[in-house]
Amino acid sequence: MRSAALDEPAAVPVEAEDGRTALGGAALRLLSVAIVLGLWEVAGRGGVNPALPAFSETALAALAMLADGSLPAAFLVTLEPLVLGLAISTLLGVGLGIAMGLWRPAEWLGVPVLVILQAAPLAALVPLLTFAYGIGLTSKTLVVCIMALPVIVLNAYRAIRHTPQSLVEMGRVFLASPRIIVLRIVLPAASPVIFAGLRLGVAAGFIGAILAELLITPTGIGDLVTYHQSVADYPRMYAAIAAIVLASALTIGLLERVEIRLFRPERAGR
Amino acid sequence: MQVAGFRLPASSSLLLWLLLWELVGRAEVTILLPPITAIAARLVEIVPTPSFAEALAITGQAFFLGNAIAILVGVPVGVLMGRSRIADELLLPWVNLFVSAPLSALVPVLMLLFGIGQTTIVTTVFLFAVWIIVLDTRAGVRGIPPSLLEMARCYGAGPLQCFFKIHLLAALPEILTGIRMGVIRGVKGVVIGQLLVSVVGFGHLFEIYSSNFLMEHFWALLFVLFAFAVLVAEGLAWLERRVDYFAAARH
Amino acid sequence: MSAPSTATATRPTAPSTRPIVEVRGVSKVYGKVRALHAIDLEFEPGRLTSLLGPSGCGKTTLLKIIAGLIPPSEGEVRIQGRPVTGPGPERAFVFQDFALLPWATVLKNVAFGLELRGVPRAEREERARHWIAEVGLAGFEQSYPHQLSGGMRQRVGLARALAVDAQVLLMDEPFSAVDEQTRRKFQEDLLGLVAREKKTFLFVTHSIEEAVYLSDRIVLLSPRPGRVAGIVEPKIRRDGDPERIRRDPVYLDTVETIWRGLKGYVE
Repeated sequence: MRSAALDEPAAVPVEAEDGRTALGGAALRLLSVAIVLGLWEVAGRGGVNPALPAFSETALAALAMLADGSLPAAFLVTLEPLVLGLAISTLLGVGLGIAMGLWRPAEWLGVPVLVILQAAPLAALVPLLTFAYGIGLTSKTLVVCIMALPVIVLNAYRAIRHTPQSLVEMGRVFLASPRIIVLRIVLPAASPVIFAGLRLGVAAGFIGAILAELLITPTGIGDLVTYHQSVADYPRMYAAIAAIVLASALTIGLLERVEIRLFRPERAGR
Repeated sequence: MQVAGFRLPASSSLLLWLLLWELVGRAEVTILLPPITAIAARLVEIVPTPSFAEALAITGQAFFLGNAIAILVGVPVGVLMGRSRIADELLLPWVNLFVSAPLSALVPVLMLLFGIGQTTIVTTVFLFAVWIIVLDTRAGVRGIPPSLLEMARCYGAGPLQCFFKIHLLAALPEILTGIRMGVIRGVKGVVIGQLLVSVVGFGHLFEIYSSNFLMEHFWALLFVLFAFAVLVAEGLAWLERRVDYFAAARH
Repeated sequence: MSAPSTATATRPTAPSTRPIVEVRGVSKVYGKVRALHAIDLEFEPGRLTSLLGPSGCGKTTLLKIIAGLIPPSEGEVRIQGRPVTGPGPERAFVFQDFALLPWATVLKNVAFGLELRGVPRAEREERARHWIAEVGLAGFEQSYPHQLSGGMRQRVGLARALAVDAQVLLMDEPFSAVDEQTRRKFQEDLLGLVAREKKTFLFVTHSIEEAVYLSDRIVLLSPRPGRVAGIVEPKIRRDGDPERIRRDPVYLDTVETIWRGLKGYVE
């Protein structure tokens, strides 16, 4: 079977969706950012609402907060329950999800509960957690966990259960043991969906961390927001909020990079 | 799962969990978990009260209004983004930013702009729900086989006819998925909004119950909320399965 | 019908003439649906046999039973006289949807079967490179499956099956997901491979032309429940130019005969 491949056009990576050029796309995205920030600036200066500072004021406030160290300091405080909660949710969540995907009794026990937990507004448990664990780090970490855990577990579980059947059969035909099939086929095949779950979990974790700081006791970013609101220093308040929104987006983007680097070498060049 | 050759129904494990809960509650392990039976009794007691009915009405209103606006805005924007490259490039970065943004941080801003009241809650629900609806609608529209649109154009359909007769219907499975996810997020939005505003609806009741350590009341209220969220989600999932064949060309 | 298993077990062994794959009274029932009914077949070494039939006749099920992926409801399969209880080293499988690992390079995909058998890295990569070149993919060792066309992906699947040097190659509609030109080239290449490699090929297809072109023997399966409806042995000379086979009167007549036979099963 030699030289046969020459007859076939070597399929190029299927990217370049409907012919859009990367350059034009970047220009449009830049334009989009400019439009939104411009509108914000105009609305802020035009006095649409006294509580809406212009973008430039907010940006200056952000720079000032970076310079005086209050913003980085607040981030460090907020990150503590967030990182702790997400670490627990990731380890526990992926572990549980994989167990439920591979082991029927775990599936039977776990799936109905988690489907409910994912649909339910678990934020309502925050007062309960505060009541039980006080206003410290434990409560805030637990808030992050209850927000992030269900979606991580369910994604890991679904990822495992949706392994392409023919890949598993291929493993069996080439005499892979069940352990090898799980390690070399099921887990890599599941990794994109598991990571999608982690990204959703991180997003939910950020929601939880901020909710905890606004609801339980003001610390970190939550403290910046409530304090500057109470003294009507709106540019600083907005800057703190914009900073946490950006931090969340950056974290999620970073996670995607890590996933591709670690598990998806075939997507690295795209 | 099967036990001794007998097939256990899919959600039967919930009974086991409830039983476990009851035992933990009876054993008085923690004040946090009163027995399920006590919670159920409390549920029957508080549901008919006027304060509950009032909270339910105001919560339901915010929830439905926020979601309705999110659907009315999200679906057309999603279709537009799926169809127009320029609109897509302009809007996608923001949609992607907000779909996973910590929206709880925005609630204080909303309170500043819209006051401490129902408008803030409705806006919170809208912000929680709308982005995922946009994204899923966009994905559905982009998944429509081009031949379907070419067919419509061949038979003389105009842009408006294309929107209603092709885009909306052919992308309906994805649109419904988006709406379902949006509604689930909307429930979370209404709760987070009310917790932070804390003077309206269930948020107010939560405040009262938790500050007075009324655990049974608290759980009864939670169960109402959870049941509502699950019912809405499952109802929409059922609807979604009914129209799944609309996407036949993509399977 | 199937010989009693005791008789099979006590029959004196004569390795030279003994069929390498024996299917004895195999049936398969899914719930209330009878997919296969009392299949008795033997496959001799060094030949290519096609399982031909319309969709729903259970030909893929039969192939997967022989592969040891699906247990039969009744009957048994023997490979070199030993009953099949699962997949084994003497069988390799080529999948309809290729079943390549998307995250692994062509080289790693082809070496996958060897890796699972514990072949050291240097040796398995050398053998993989050999088979990659043999199927015409030299230069694509470091490509990923998504960078290849459908036909090239199936060449990877074929190289992976050849690399483990199994006696029996089970091919499940391997060319159904590639375009017609590629398929023809593939078929020609496969003929060369059968002649060179002296392995036993079991080939599932729904294309009459493909079956007649490739096969020493064609097993016709009827649908619902799948049973053996007939066996055809096309007497086609395959030693010359592969292009000429499609113009050979025997080829054309055989296609015609099989179509007449199967027409009744098409709704």
